[in-house]
Amino acid sequence: MFDPQRIQLTVNGREVEATVDSRVHLADFLRRELQLTGTHLGCEHGVCGACTVLVDGASARACLMLAVQANGRSVETIEGVATPDGALHPIQAALSRHHGLQCGYCTPGVVMTLLELQRESAGRVVPEEEIRAALSGNLCRCTGYQGMVDAALEILR
Amino acid sequence: MKAPPFRYHAPADLDAAVALLSQLDNARVLAGGQSLMPMMNLRVAAPDHLIDLGGVQSLRAIEETPEGLRIGAMVTQRTLEQSALVARLCPLLSEAASLVGHQQTRNRGTLGGSLCHLDPGAELPVVAAALDAIMHVAGPSGARAIAFRDFALDYLTSALAPDEILTHVTFPAASQGATSAFMEFNRRPADFAIVSVAVTMRLDAGAIAQCAIALGGVSHAPVRLAQAEEALKGMQATDAAWDQAAQIAALIACDGDDLYPSDYRQELCGVLVRRALGLAHRRAEGAFHV
Repeated sequence: MFDPQRIQLTVNGREVEATVDSRVHLADFLRRELQLTGTHLGCEHGVCGACTVLVDGASARACLMLAVQANGRSVETIEGVATPDGALHPIQAALSRHHGLQCGYCTPGVVMTLLELQRESAGRVVPEEEIRAALSGNLCRCTGYQGMVDAALEILR
Repeated sequence: MKAPPFRYHAPADLDAAVALLSQLDNARVLAGGQSLMPMMNLRVAAPDHLIDLGGVQSLRAIEETPEGLRIGAMVTQRTLEQSALVARLCPLLSEAASLVGHQQTRNRGTLGGSLCHLDPGAELPVVAAALDAIMHVAGPSGARAIAFRDFALDYLTSALAPDEILTHVTFPAASQGATSAFMEFNRRPADFAIVSVAVTMRLDAGAIAQCAIALGGVSHAPVRLAQAEEALKGMQATDAAWDQAAQIAALIACDGDDLYPSDYRQELCGVLVRRALGLAHRRAEGAFHV
């Protein structure tokens, strides 16, 4: 059964129009149709957070959202975070500086989570407890989180 | 790990959603998708039709009414956590909402989705049980209201008829002199609770005028600790009262599994009830001294 759905959305500021099967989730749509393979799939049932993207500014699991549900919305992925000339976003630079990644599989999701936290904090100092609570939704099996927390503390102070 | 095929429907209003649900076979309502989507990806659920309530704006309101706080079924857990109105009228709900899943799931997960899914480890059904929430549902023959105690029937099973949709929930507003607390125990923050407890209490001159205690994680649906509620009525708000409630809680029949057997959960029930009552009481004391 193919259930084609016409969708229109914005991805990293670019208007996108496509026809998708209703069962295709947003992460597969981004990766396969738009070749935005920076959004990683770990568990594909909402536990690991590797596929975290921002939908209308709010973090969401792209594996638990159908592509058709993104119709009319604005989606931000890891590809839209650094500037077009490749200069790292301050969050990315801080993660690099503090060794907040090792294998890098979870990193796109981590960056999107921290980006939401940074925007919501609007310049306020974010306590470590709040940073750890936000990052609890992103599983990392390499770093032990300390580098990520240090990077976030530097950015959000 | 991909959802099985289905036909997608996006009704623009409640009437259209109810009509679709009554006409289509093997249809499921999609709210925030934070439980149904994993179940579909894992092929535990395989509906032929998915009716997405995301476009039904009337289900997203939070209003103060004479009956209490009226919250639309599609209000997200993140909104519950952040709403000043919810914090003022129903602080127990704010506190519990902040413990549901992760921010990345609370941004999409809804009040109605959680209350209809009825996972035994979920936080919001325990709040609905403690506050005697009223569930308002709509179906092809009209609307009806169901008390939460008659709504949570069994494991992952609500009293909704197959053609009914939860539209909103009414929580009584916290009265003057009322206090509350929500606590849970899990191995990692943000996991489903092994045991959770919601308590509300109204104090009158240092005595317990009324209290409600609900436990989650002990059985297929949230459980009210009626015996302890009755025992505490009229007692002075002291550690002796919390100990007595804890003793009753530790005797409650608990479902167990290989990881967390029945007697382990009973121990947790006692400890959490004692702590939550004490915390609620300290909050009331703090408020009186402001």
